Amino acid sequence: MTRNVSITLQNTADARPIIEAITEDNPEATVADFPSMVKIDCPGRLVVKQDSVSERIGREWDVQELHLSLITLSGNIDEDDDQFVLAWT
Amino acid sequence: MSFQIKTLDIEPRRQTFAYIARRFGADRPASRYEEATYDVQARTNFHYRPIWAPEYEIHDENRTAVVMADWYVFKDPRQFYYATYNQSRAAMNQVLDGNFDTVEERGMLARVAPEWLATAKAYLVPLRHYEWGANMNNFTIADYGYGTQITSAAAFHAADRLGMAQVLGRIGLLLDDQTGASLDEGHAAWTDGAEWQDLRRAVEDMFVVEDWFEVFVAQNLAMDGILHPLVFDHFDAAGQAHNGAPLSMLTGFMVDWFKDSSRWVDAVIKAAAQESDANRALLSGWYATWSARAVQVARPLADRVLGDVGMGEGAEAAVATVAEQLNARARKLGLDV
Amino acid sequence: MAKKKKMGLKQKYALLTRGLDWETTYQPMDKVFPYDKFEGIKIKDWDAWEDPFRLTMDAYWKFQAEKERKLYAVIDSFSQNNGHLGLTDARYLSAVKLFLTGVSPLEYMAHRQFAHLGRHLRGAGPRVAAQMQSLDELRHAQTQIHTISHYNRYFDGFHDWQHMHDRVWYLSVPKSFFDDAASAGPFEFLTSISFSFEYVLTNLLFVPFMSGAAYNGDLATVTFGFSAQSDESRHMTLGLEVIKFMLEQDEGNVPIVQRWIDKWFWRGYRLLSLVGMMMDYMLPKKIMSWQEAWEMYFEEQGGALFEDLARYGIRPPKYHDVASKEKDRISHEVWAIFYQYTHAAGFHTWDVDEAHKAWLSEKYPNTFDKLYRPRLEMWKGMADAGNRFYNNALPQLCTTCQIPMGFTEPDDPSTICFRSSEYGGDTYHFCSDGCKDIFDHEPEKYVQSWLPVHQIYQGNCGGASVEDVLKWYHLNLGTDNMAYEGSPEQKLWSQWMAGRHPVAAE
Repeated sequence: MTRNVSITLQNTADARPIIEAITEDNPEATVADFPSMVKIDCPGRLVVKQDSVSERIGREWDVQELHLSLITLSGNIDEDDDQFVLAWT
Repeated sequence: MSFQIKTLDIEPRRQTFAYIARRFGADRPASRYEEATYDVQARTNFHYRPIWAPEYEIHDENRTAVVMADWYVFKDPRQFYYATYNQSRAAMNQVLDGNFDTVEERGMLARVAPEWLATAKAYLVPLRHYEWGANMNNFTIADYGYGTQITSAAAFHAADRLGMAQVLGRIGLLLDDQTGASLDEGHAAWTDGAEWQDLRRAVEDMFVVEDWFEVFVAQNLAMDGILHPLVFDHFDAAGQAHNGAPLSMLTGFMVDWFKDSSRWVDAVIKAAAQESDANRALLSGWYATWSARAVQVARPLADRVLGDVGMGEGAEAAVATVAEQLNARARKLGLDV
Repeated sequence: MAKKKKMGLKQKYALLTRGLDWETTYQPMDKVFPYDKFEGIKIKDWDAWEDPFRLTMDAYWKFQAEKERKLYAVIDSFSQNNGHLGLTDARYLSAVKLFLTGVSPLEYMAHRQFAHLGRHLRGAGPRVAAQMQSLDELRHAQTQIHTISHYNRYFDGFHDWQHMHDRVWYLSVPKSFFDDAASAGPFEFLTSISFSFEYVLTNLLFVPFMSGAAYNGDLATVTFGFSAQSDESRHMTLGLEVIKFMLEQDEGNVPIVQRWIDKWFWRGYRLLSLVGMMMDYMLPKKIMSWQEAWEMYFEEQGGALFEDLARYGIRPPKYHDVASKEKDRISHEVWAIFYQYTHAAGFHTWDVDEAHKAWLSEKYPNTFDKLYRPRLEMWKGMADAGNRFYNNALPQLCTTCQIPMGFTEPDDPSTICFRSSEYGGDTYHFCSDGCKDIFDHEPEKYVQSWLPVHQIYQGNCGGASVEDVLKWYHLNLGTDNMAYEGSPEQKLWSQWMAGRHPVAAE
């Protein structure tokens, strides 16, 4: 059975394009709303793509900006210039 | 939907925390620096002694020979707490980034005399390891120090040193066209180059000093008090004759930082020396040992750097000048020099 | 922009950070780094450490300054606009009082202990990660003090939090937890705080609590909480990386790490029972029950994690099954302790109203009506008769977790669980097998515990009467302590609310 990875973001204007990018780039992701936060679960692997977020906000998004909106996560992390990946091996 | 605040008696019941009111003798509104810095560290009723140092409590005044009646007299003149510290450094770094961009985009390094560029690379890049050592030594202070006032400022100071080690690394990358070759050469010079070995030995000797206040005097007052002015003022001034101004734009961060952080270093030394004759004697002894050491390690470096550009006869005078400036500073702080 | 292609993050980080280190030769490495071998963890190759995040200081300053700008704007605006009047109810603040006196001092402790690691870990990668965490933890302590400073101006129980943290009986629970970690070696510290607490358990503290704060109008707390969490993901990842690193370096490390995971799971879980109480009893508007949080964050997310770690030979922590058996009990058991001892606490408790009981009944169908409702109703009856129940006998504390003996047998929720061990001719008492195991493995450590009740009996806490002790705690008697009903805080809050309603209704 594939276990979920999970990422929780603040429910803010800065985070919304990231949430949109995640849901589009990870079709298996499920989104749950809580007061002031959004928890996204996805089986096995979830990717946040630099270009998907950049496209939505109209400027070059730095993957490290993700941390300004991040609340918590579950999974192994790999971060580089182009994407932020959460995965179980 | 709105409500009239005027109709409500919403006067505060107190102006600040009780520990602040006790300390300053009045319940008056306190600054953010005060509330977040004074008396935050636990003092008593520790549950277990560190298994790695059972002779001490988790926080212990006896980790230094300096004796203070109150460990909260080391007020940081800059009043840095986390937010103001980071905002200050982010602003300084923004200026630096702008300078890097300008130097790079305008190809300004091409205007610097090639022999000076080579010399600058040879002294700036290995120096990042010195900053890295200073980072470790300041974390020693943040680790073993007593009281939030000194430990928080030491942690900021340590972070500054990592930051500057990385600025020096970025200068190397600019000089070697982003290949990293200069960083490898700098590393080799630091570990094996003749002119760096006295300095490296001094840094490693500081790593094993057990009294954290001695580390403070050795690193932040003595070694930095010689090396920073020597490198970023005297060497830089020597470079001006070789069109070194673009490099000055890249090392300006260190010059600003030294001015800024010296205010804190001075405040700490002054308060500790003022406390008692015993403290003053102790600090003066440490200062004598480590400032002599700093002068000794600076000479081969000055000889090499200034000698490289035909100014070798000025090396002794340059070191003597910074040494005299430092002695004057130490005297002013109450040390016996 | 016609800029040269920027160097990649990974490469830049490796050159600018990892490359700073050197092998010392004028002083032996073992003298420069004296603490990373005695625990028996074998590290063959520190360079094998993988940096999950690659922050250089310039990026750190930039992002952290940005976070602080946003946070302090909210704190200022909250304060200027009397944000405390927007709370659902003043009872909510009991949770915040417990947080400032119990948790914020630990953030500062973490700052110091990560400074210790930031100096003393031999590898440059983990050392820098520890340094950044040391700075972050200082941030958390300071932003919490600044945020809660506003509440201190208007409400009781916040005024001398550090003094209380070093003395008050229930605050020895969080204090001894962190002292335990800080007095351990560096690898055990990383396992305790970075892995077991930050990675496995911290979600149970911050996420529901901060979401609960948002739900209860506490804009200030939710803002510092979520802003702190944005650093937490870095810390959690350090925790996971360090575990994998230790396990990959040497097979001999596996049993050592497993024992630490067992110990620190239980230690952290017992500490979090206080959070369970906050979630189920102290939030006027509830976000999720302790049990739901436990299922989401431990059973589901923790389950995935331990499945992932199985490849190294790591199994889920010992007694995790007991924790799951207790998930519909502990919050009620802890509330009962604090209800009885509210006269000796720096926050209020109260009689639970009908709507709240209905919620508890719905969330805890197997236990609440049967086990806990009758007790709450009995107490309510006593309070209505003018005889509010306070327990004047000093409780027996568990030697390890230091919580009064109020937890029940894993398989019998109606019997209080007692365990004991003999050591050096004395008998030591425990609330559970988990706490007894921890003591039995390192009795020489836990016999040092500064147990508040013992200390009171030994005359080390200001005097012999309860009043003497409470004064020594710096509690303002009749103000900070006792039931919420009839407290000055309740009176003030009612006045404020009465003052605003007629106008609000216009």
